[in-house]
Amino acid sequence: MKYIDEYRKKDLILSVAEKLKAISKREIVLMEVCGGHTMAIQRFGLPSLLPSTIRLISGPGCPVCVSSQHFIDTAMAYSKIPGVIITTYGDLIRVPGSTTSLEKERANGSDIRIIYSVLEAIEIAKNNPEKNIIFLGIGFETTAPLTAAAILEAQKNNITNFFVLSAHKVMPPVMKALVEEGVKIDGFIAPGHVTAITGTAIYNELASVCGLGVVVAGFEPVDMIQAILMLTMQIESSTPKVEIQYQRVVHNDGNKIAQQILNDVFELRDDQWRGLGIIPKSGLKIREELSSYDAEKKFQVEVPESTEPKGCICGQILRGLKTPVDCGLFGKKCTPTDPVGACMVSGEGTCATYYKYRS
Amino acid sequence: MKMKEDKIMLGHGSGGRMMHNLIADLFLKHFSNSILNEQTDAAVLQIGSNEIAFTTDSFVIDPLFFPGGNIGKLAVCGTVNDLAVSGAEPIYISVSFILEEGFSMNELEVIVESLAAEAKKAGVIIVTGDTKVVNKGKCDKVFINTAGIGRMKAENRQICKAMNIKPGDVIIVNGTIGDHGMAVMNARESFNFKTTVESDCASLNHLILEVLDKSPVKFMRDPTRGGVATVLNELAEKIQLGIEIEESALPLNGGVKAMCELLGFDPLHIANEGKVLIVANENEATNILNVLQNNELGLQSAIIGRVVSDHPGRVVLKNETGGRRIVDSLAGDQLPRIC
Repeated sequence: MKYIDEYRKKDLILSVAEKLKAISKREIVLMEVCGGHTMAIQRFGLPSLLPSTIRLISGPGCPVCVSSQHFIDTAMAYSKIPGVIITTYGDLIRVPGSTTSLEKERANGSDIRIIYSVLEAIEIAKNNPEKNIIFLGIGFETTAPLTAAAILEAQKNNITNFFVLSAHKVMPPVMKALVEEGVKIDGFIAPGHVTAITGTAIYNELASVCGLGVVVAGFEPVDMIQAILMLTMQIESSTPKVEIQYQRVVHNDGNKIAQQILNDVFELRDDQWRGLGIIPKSGLKIREELSSYDAEKKFQVEVPESTEPKGCICGQILRGLKTPVDCGLFGKKCTPTDPVGACMVSGEGTCATYYKYRS
Repeated sequence: MKMKEDKIMLGHGSGGRMMHNLIADLFLKHFSNSILNEQTDAAVLQIGSNEIAFTTDSFVIDPLFFPGGNIGKLAVCGTVNDLAVSGAEPIYISVSFILEEGFSMNELEVIVESLAAEAKKAGVIIVTGDTKVVNKGKCDKVFINTAGIGRMKAENRQICKAMNIKPGDVIIVNGTIGDHGMAVMNARESFNFKTTVESDCASLNHLILEVLDKSPVKFMRDPTRGGVATVLNELAEKIQLGIEIEESALPLNGGVKAMCELLGFDPLHIANEGKVLIVANENEATNILNVLQNNELGLQSAIIGRVVSDHPGRVVLKNETGGRRIVDSLAGDQLPRIC
């Protein structure tokens, strides 16, 4: 299949791996920020191809995993309001809140619908004028422009029963926060699809001030191993910079139209990340002038103080400090069928990935 | 009862581990007997000096019509295949309808015609049935329940028991996987993928009997809900041996592959309705493949993996790049990824 098969060629992967072995001298730690990268690395068995000098750690780039317990609990509270239809991407439905999950609330009679595009939520709003449709907006700069476009679409069509509960987040502040917190990282494998929107300037400070290599990577095994090679070359030659491996999709300037839409609809706010606490200017809030689409403004709900599940170390895993196998619950009390923490729910969560690929 | 959930959730019907737990912790707990406890696709019953296979199935598919079939055709194929993979020759089936008030008579007729046509093709006779109508909103258009009876030959009696499976045995599938699930999903959701993916919905009894006539087979199962992964996991657990599959050997339709890549699905978890997994001695592989590949329902048949002594109870997928991953049963419902 075009754009897939040529990036999964065994010979090519092995030849890059050979090069990597030849040049890698220093012991380095590379963080793949994006959950999609974590999954690709495990799926294609890349760790077994890397020299022992290179260690990969997973970062906070799985949208479901970093969404705070408070967000999940708020969504649950909304789902119990009569006349509300909750629309959500599928991954969220099984994330355990403090007491229950959306999946369980659906079984209890709440109207919760899995959608594949936020524009479906607009359709549902059109077809159900007597109901209030709340979309649970999660994800980074990749999915946030779609939510923004939906809000603008609702405005254009005078749809007044569509609302967004935004937990959208942006990537650069959390990457910087990890470095400032002292997590040992020599370079970032930067998220390809986020950068396709934002462009590469968001990483300049990491390279110029923090002295870290940043390579924007695609999601196929050839992409991943080439990005690791590029980072290793930067580190070995002590020339940290921002480079794009994923050139077939990512450009330095990013997607200007998406950036504009994002900026028209959202503004930055301090935001809560699961396990990481509040990170300044890391979340996206709907702008005041569009607040009639902001679920938080429209619906007042009492959400009890959220409790993180006991024994769950999702927070430390999201910071790259621990791996799932360090967790006492992993694979025992916490499995994909019966997840304790969010990282076990999403297909791109570090725990779910480790569980699936733990052979 | 030590069920974890206090309400039924959709995942309990997905064919994966949640359903497995529901059956084990509730149904088997109360219904337990030596025949049911075998948990095979069809029960094998001794009546006088004859052995028969007996199965039942229900169809609640949405949408009712999809590329490659409809609920009527599916009802026959599903029932016939449950008997056929048990090594039986399907003979009689029953068909019961639960109809929603207001459902289109024309559509019902199309469904009934398909049912009749597929029954004729499969060589089974519809001998009894039942009709119920419920108030509008109390069911979703049409639900169909079936039962099927087949004749069991003594030499095929062991097939559903998965006995004598040894390391080195091969696992064969009769063609591309995941077609049914993706065709239905594409018809149901508003993806607007321009794809030619069609359900593989087909009655496999003639094909399977042909295989059984020529070669001994150690085990067969149709990988419906929960997909190939779930069947192989149940098998690995039962025989306490490992199963290793080769990713590059899996027959995959390009459209299914592309949809799975886009949506983040694993084709091994996607439902099939015209596929059979066959476990046989390596020496029989060529014979079996010959029979399969000469039938229009088996043109793309392939050996997809082997039984191994490593990792007992687990299914492991090897990819071309040297990656190995555990293939689990489907946990609950398959969820699309978000980005």
